[in-house]
Amino acid sequence: MSTLITEQPIAVAPRPWTDHALLHPWLLRGLSLALVLAAWEYAGRVPISPAFPTFADTAAAWLAMLQDGSLLRALWITLQPLAIGLLISGLLGVAIGVAMGLNRLTEWFGAPIFIVLQSAPLAALIPLLTFAYGIGLTSKVLTVCIMAMPVIVLNAFNAVRHTPGSLLEMGKSFLGSKRQLILAIVLPAASPVIFAGLRLGAAAGFIGAILAELLITPTGIGDIITYSQSIADYPAMYAAIATVILFSVLFIELLEWLEIRLFRPDQRVPR
Amino acid sequence: MQIGRFRVPMMASLLIWALLWEIVGRLGLTILLPPLSAIAGRMAEIVPTPTFLAAAWITLQAFLAGNLIAIALGVPLGVLMGRSVIADRMLLPWVNLFLSAPLTALVPVIMILFGYGQTTIILTVVMFALWIIVLDARAGVRNIAPSLIEMARVYGATPLQAFLKIHLLAALPEILAGIRLGAIRAVKGVIIGQLLVSIVGFGRLFELYSSNFLMEHFWALILVLFAVAFALAEGLGYLERRVEYYAAARH
Amino acid sequence: MTPASHASQAAPAAPPPRPIVQVERIGKVYPGGVEALSDLSLDFPEGQLTTLLGPSGCGKTTLLKIIAGLIEPTRGQVLVDGQPVSGPGPERAFVFQDFALLPWASVLRNVAFGLELRGLAKGEREAIAEQQIQEVGLKGFEQHFPHQLSGGMRQRVGLARALAVDAKVLLMDEPFSAVDEQTRRKFQEDLLALVAHQKKTFLFVTHSIEEAVYVSDRIVLLSRRPSQVTRIIEPAVPRGGDPDAIRRHASYLDTVETIWRGLKHYVD
Ligand SMILES: Nc1ncnc2c1ncn2[C@@H]1O[C@H](COP(=O)(O)OP(=O)(O)OP(=O)(O)O)[C@@H](O)[C@H]1O
Ligand SMILES: [Mg+2]
Repeated sequence: MSTLITEQPIAVAPRPWTDHALLHPWLLRGLSLALVLAAWEYAGRVPISPAFPTFADTAAAWLAMLQDGSLLRALWITLQPLAIGLLISGLLGVAIGVAMGLNRLTEWFGAPIFIVLQSAPLAALIPLLTFAYGIGLTSKVLTVCIMAMPVIVLNAFNAVRHTPGSLLEMGKSFLGSKRQLILAIVLPAASPVIFAGLRLGAAAGFIGAILAELLITPTGIGDIITYSQSIADYPAMYAAIATVILFSVLFIELLEWLEIRLFRPDQRVPR
Repeated sequence: MQIGRFRVPMMASLLIWALLWEIVGRLGLTILLPPLSAIAGRMAEIVPTPTFLAAAWITLQAFLAGNLIAIALGVPLGVLMGRSVIADRMLLPWVNLFLSAPLTALVPVIMILFGYGQTTIILTVVMFALWIIVLDARAGVRNIAPSLIEMARVYGATPLQAFLKIHLLAALPEILAGIRLGAIRAVKGVIIGQLLVSIVGFGRLFELYSSNFLMEHFWALILVLFAVAFALAEGLGYLERRVEYYAAARH
Repeated sequence: MTPASHASQAAPAAPPPRPIVQVERIGKVYPGGVEALSDLSLDFPEGQLTTLLGPSGCGKTTLLKIIAGLIEPTRGQVLVDGQPVSGPGPERAFVFQDFALLPWASVLRNVAFGLELRGLAKGEREAIAEQQIQEVGLKGFEQHFPHQLSGGMRQRVGLARALAVDAKVLLMDEPFSAVDEQTRRKFQEDLLALVAHQKKTFLFVTHSIEEAVYVSDRIVLLSRRPSQVTRIIEPAVPRGGDPDAIRRHASYLDTVETIWRGLKHYVD
């Protein structure tokens, strides 16, 4: 079944690039950033649209919001449903996925549901959630959950299901009990893919959190975006958007860093 | 699952869930969940209506247009990144950034720049689909055996010929994987775009049904959408496996 | 000189050792219809090293895994110490052809893994593991991870892990296939020493005729799939002398030649 293959980055064979000083990664990355910011500034100066502020204005608005604390306050508010939702879907999702990977009956009952949900536009359920749980925190947490859950469950399920057979055989030949095999072989072998699922789930959760703030009630970053848009304070609006995008990317990087620090001692040594 | 010697097909468990839904609906525990049979009846009723067909048509247009743009931009970009170190180092951070960024935050920007209409929705679809297409095309090109590219050079292929006859074909399995994942993301993008713009296509219908508490209508619409999205993902997955079959000969 | 005469030379007056592993009319058909083994019977005498030699894909790994209790045979049974095998047991240890190391665990933990599963305390099992790591020549690599080792070193980790659990029967699936020639020869000496000094039984799979003749008490030649025993040879190679001299010994060279002639027709 194709959809059992969850969204995994395709492995890329490393290629020995001929490295020239001018091709140094950081130099090129810096150059690329500079070019994009310059293009932003130029497009804002033209301006390509009255609703397109320059980079300088956006940066100034960002600094101002940072100084008066409104940006951090908004982030904090956005973070709450996100953190609760991700925690719930992370714990519950991994548990469901692992259970499905270990037990055929659970798989038979659960997998089809999550396979369907993974390809489904779950955002369509948000109006229903609002209707059922009002415009408060619960609806937002649930939005994050429904967006993040399927990919977390399916990754955990696939990871457990595809434990290398030779490792399992080895464990059995040394008389490991079922419990020992799960704890010492299945879960550690599955952990990279489970964590990949958590990262994808976190990205989906961010999409859900922002969507909830834009659709249900404007709070946090969503509030800054909607409010500054309504008073045509475009620099503030752009600054808030850039902040939340950067924040989510950093958050996902942090997850990866934590994974390697805590769970994969072998990844810490250079390959 | 196995019962004795008989293999029960996996998707059959959906029938049990449907039955549970029906029971919960019949018990009337919550008005949120009408019985499935009532929803199915409503489905048969609303699907042929002109409103529904018009919404479906405009959604399909946005979906297809957005996907085509994303493919037309994404594949050449990915191939370029796979071939050129400079392009790769300059573009990869941005592609990775947008791949995991909460793109919903960018929809308001698209809205103020391009208005509350179909253009915004198409651009939202592009935003959702593009990045994974770029990344997979790049992976595909980088996985091409170097000898194949040297062969093209030896026989004097022009850059255009090399792009069309070597890179595109040799990287086809990965490119198709990217297009499939892009299309799945695009389905989500088109619905999110319509929800946020809320006056176009299904977005308007969702608004209409939920504000009037028409739960049967609402669920009918959801189930149709989910079924179409699932069929699309499975269909593309099937096509991809056919291509992988041919691609297995590459190695 | 025929192998039979080697055998008679080799057989002393002492009673033959009792078979510790008995394979009785084993057949194995994999799901999908591949018949790997058909009606194979074979005894493995206690305290000896028996080598399985046969063309690639003939079912050597399959047979070893059936003896290990990892695969169920389709027909027949295996007895270890007179008891029918129904699963893995503490008296058997397996050295895997593909090493089967835990990529996330250090060499030390990998070697101690069999003991960890048996519930030995950490200090105790690590002491044993360190001892075995030294034996296989990996001292100083205790904290390395498998991906930092060469193929041969990984293989030695697998070997040390099997030796650490101190099983009576060692099932070794091409344990030296990935090591370099010097290490391989050293291992062959070590193996001979193990056979001589410990009362262990070795079931050994290799593709090298020379290695088989050098280390084995008995060599079982297997035919193509579905596997049958075509011949059993007991090389009468003098032991305990200069290895290079042994490799030039007439009976060593003759046995190698006989086996090669027996296997040659599988090449085409
Ligand atoms: N899990 C399996 N499912 C189906 N067929 C299998 C399986 N494992 C092995 N086979 C088949 O059984 C036959 C014997 O395999 P086996 O691994 O025992 O061979 P082998 O003698 O160990 O070969 P080699 O010397 O190459 O290691 C092969 O033809 C193989 O294709
Ligand atoms: Mg084998």
